[in-house]
Amino acid sequence: MGAAGTPSAVTPWWRDRRWIPWIVQGAVALAVLVVVAFLLGNLVRNLTAAGLLLSWRWVGNPAGFDISETLLPFDASLPYWRALLAGLANTLRVVLAGLVGATVLGTLVGTASFSSNGLLRRLARVYVEVIRNIPLLLQLVFWYFVVFLALPNGRDALQLPGVVLARSGLYLGWFTDPLHLTWTGPHLEGSVWHAPLRLTVEFGALLTGLVVYTGAFIAEVVRGGVASVPQGQWEAARSLGFMPLQILRRIVLPQALRVIVPGLNSQYISLAKNSSLAVACGYSDLYSVAETTLNQTGRAVEVMLILLGAYLVIDLLISALMNGLNQLVQLKER
Amino acid sequence: MERLGADRWVLRLRRELFASRTDGVITLVLVGLLLGLGGAFLRWALFQADWAVVQVNSTLFAVGRYPLDQQWRLWLLTSLLAAATGLSWGVLRGRDWPPNDRIAAVLLGGLALLVPLFLQLSFALQARWWAIALLLLGVRWAAGRWGNPLPPPWRRGLPLLWPVLYLVGMVLISGGLGLMPVRPSDWGGLLMTLVQSTFAILLCFPLGLALALGRRSELPLLRWGSVIYIEFIRGAPLITLLFLGQNILGFLLPGGLAPDRVWRAAWVLTFFAAAYVAEAVRSGLAAVPRGQMEAARALGLPVPQALIHVVLPQALRVALPATVGQFITLLQDTTLLSLIGLLDLLGVARTVMANPAFLGKNAEVYLLLAVLFWCCCAALGLGSRALETRLNPNTLSAARA
Repeated sequence: MGAAGTPSAVTPWWRDRRWIPWIVQGAVALAVLVVVAFLLGNLVRNLTAAGLLLSWRWVGNPAGFDISETLLPFDASLPYWRALLAGLANTLRVVLAGLVGATVLGTLVGTASFSSNGLLRRLARVYVEVIRNIPLLLQLVFWYFVVFLALPNGRDALQLPGVVLARSGLYLGWFTDPLHLTWTGPHLEGSVWHAPLRLTVEFGALLTGLVVYTGAFIAEVVRGGVASVPQGQWEAARSLGFMPLQILRRIVLPQALRVIVPGLNSQYISLAKNSSLAVACGYSDLYSVAETTLNQTGRAVEVMLILLGAYLVIDLLISALMNGLNQLVQLKER
Repeated sequence: MERLGADRWVLRLRRELFASRTDGVITLVLVGLLLGLGGAFLRWALFQADWAVVQVNSTLFAVGRYPLDQQWRLWLLTSLLAAATGLSWGVLRGRDWPPNDRIAAVLLGGLALLVPLFLQLSFALQARWWAIALLLLGVRWAAGRWGNPLPPPWRRGLPLLWPVLYLVGMVLISGGLGLMPVRPSDWGGLLMTLVQSTFAILLCFPLGLALALGRRSELPLLRWGSVIYIEFIRGAPLITLLFLGQNILGFLLPGGLAPDRVWRAAWVLTFFAAAYVAEAVRSGLAAVPRGQMEAARALGLPVPQALIHVVLPQALRVALPATVGQFITLLQDTTLLSLIGLLDLLGVARTVMANPAFLGKNAEVYLLLAVLFWCCCAALGLGSRALETRLNPNTLSAARA
């Protein structure tokens, strides 16, 4: 009986509860350290042998390649860091437009699955099931090569009110004189379209692909959120005389947002990461500029660090914004 | 009786499609749109599309540049897979063929008959596909008829058939053990996509499980290590990691040790998917009440046994849908290999369309790939849902009673 009070007398140290955690952690730490040291040692040795040891002086050298469309002014004589910055601006542009588009599409389709119309409901399901089971990259090349590159040019271009879709670009009308609300639509001069706003087909294809793909996932998030609102809320609102769309907007969606916003966060982040597939449809985003830079300079480690850092910052930004939004929509109790 | 049924249908249609005036308008607009789009698509698929690009290149899409005189190995592997599928199916279901099984059998027979015809394969190749489909259904029938009296140890050992078959398959595909080696750079098409995705799926699961347990561990070093790994991987787009694998892995390992480009990509896919699977498993672990672990410990089970016998079976059941969802994403992500110059299905499609003879045949090729991927992913999703119902505690106890 007395021996039971002093377990250390019977238990060897390697089976002692107090030591096991430290032994396990020590072993894991040692293994990780050995592996990392081995890899880093190789990296330094191989990079030194190739004459590519970590240095940032190359970012000041002229890039020597052109970027077809940029928000920031850029030409081939500007340094590499300006090229990467222009790529980053392009990425941010498509991500922002994509977020808005995918949210609108996803909300429409997600709420359509609660329509009283059976056909609309089923079509929403079909859209989600078809889009989610086809790889995004395949959809992007489809939109670019099959749809946007097949658009006719000049007089045959696809003309909608205020919008013209042509092989040479997407032309949008806009107010040229904001004070007098003068509207200028796309117009034909010779066989060339002109408009206040022009987007390239590369941007159009990438944006369409991202919006259609992410929209299907957001639709599922919205559907889950709306389904989480108790049926009684609909019934109560209906008995108070609300119209169906009013119920959705005033009663159901505000409550559903609590469930929707966290789900949206991860969809937004994956949209930002998926925008790196822009290279498949010829749009010069950050990744595609970085790839060219790496091919020209051979600076693999530095370029990878820039890429990973940039996407990490974008992810963190989206997360921070969505967390702020989340606090806004959460249930406020005293 | 007949009349009543028809009335019910009319009533149902009216309720579903024409409940109100807006609903009626929406229905009419949608029907018009669907008819227009469907008609245009059918006209294109039947009259304008030129399916020769698929018919001529069907071997390329299936196996890439796999040497012609070695392709018998792939046929052998397909037959083995068909036999194993039939065996598992038959033993699982026994003698009767419930409606789902009958539908599956008819679908399989129909596909085996129609697809080779559509691809205009030579008669010898068509006959092989018929033989393989017959083999699958025959083994299923035989296993259902005589498989049940098998002694229990045999039946319990049946799942082991699959890992063994995987190893046999890898030997058959890549050579070795007396077979002529075929370099990974000669694999392609569907073969490459399947090899990459099965390899990554099989290895990312144990890795993800370990990471999930590490993230929930009470040991700070393990926990923080797992958190850093998971968040680092999840913060980066896959394409940058694949690119990193191709360009930096060579610097990280001593010369000669770095794997070939195909295997580099396979390992990157594995390590990438592991981080996401870890998050899926973690959500499952979080769903198991703390009391389960405490009760198991109180009964005297050591931590590893408590995990294996008590916590993990419950956690993995909850994590199943999310995990299979990750596998589906992984299968889709293999298309990114085409961006780093590997010949997966999409990579082969790109080389085919670069051939001047098939210039501008994008729509046909992409449609084919979309159908292929859709079928694979939808099948995985269906399988996961079936497994979910099967593993549901209520179903399980009902089956036992």
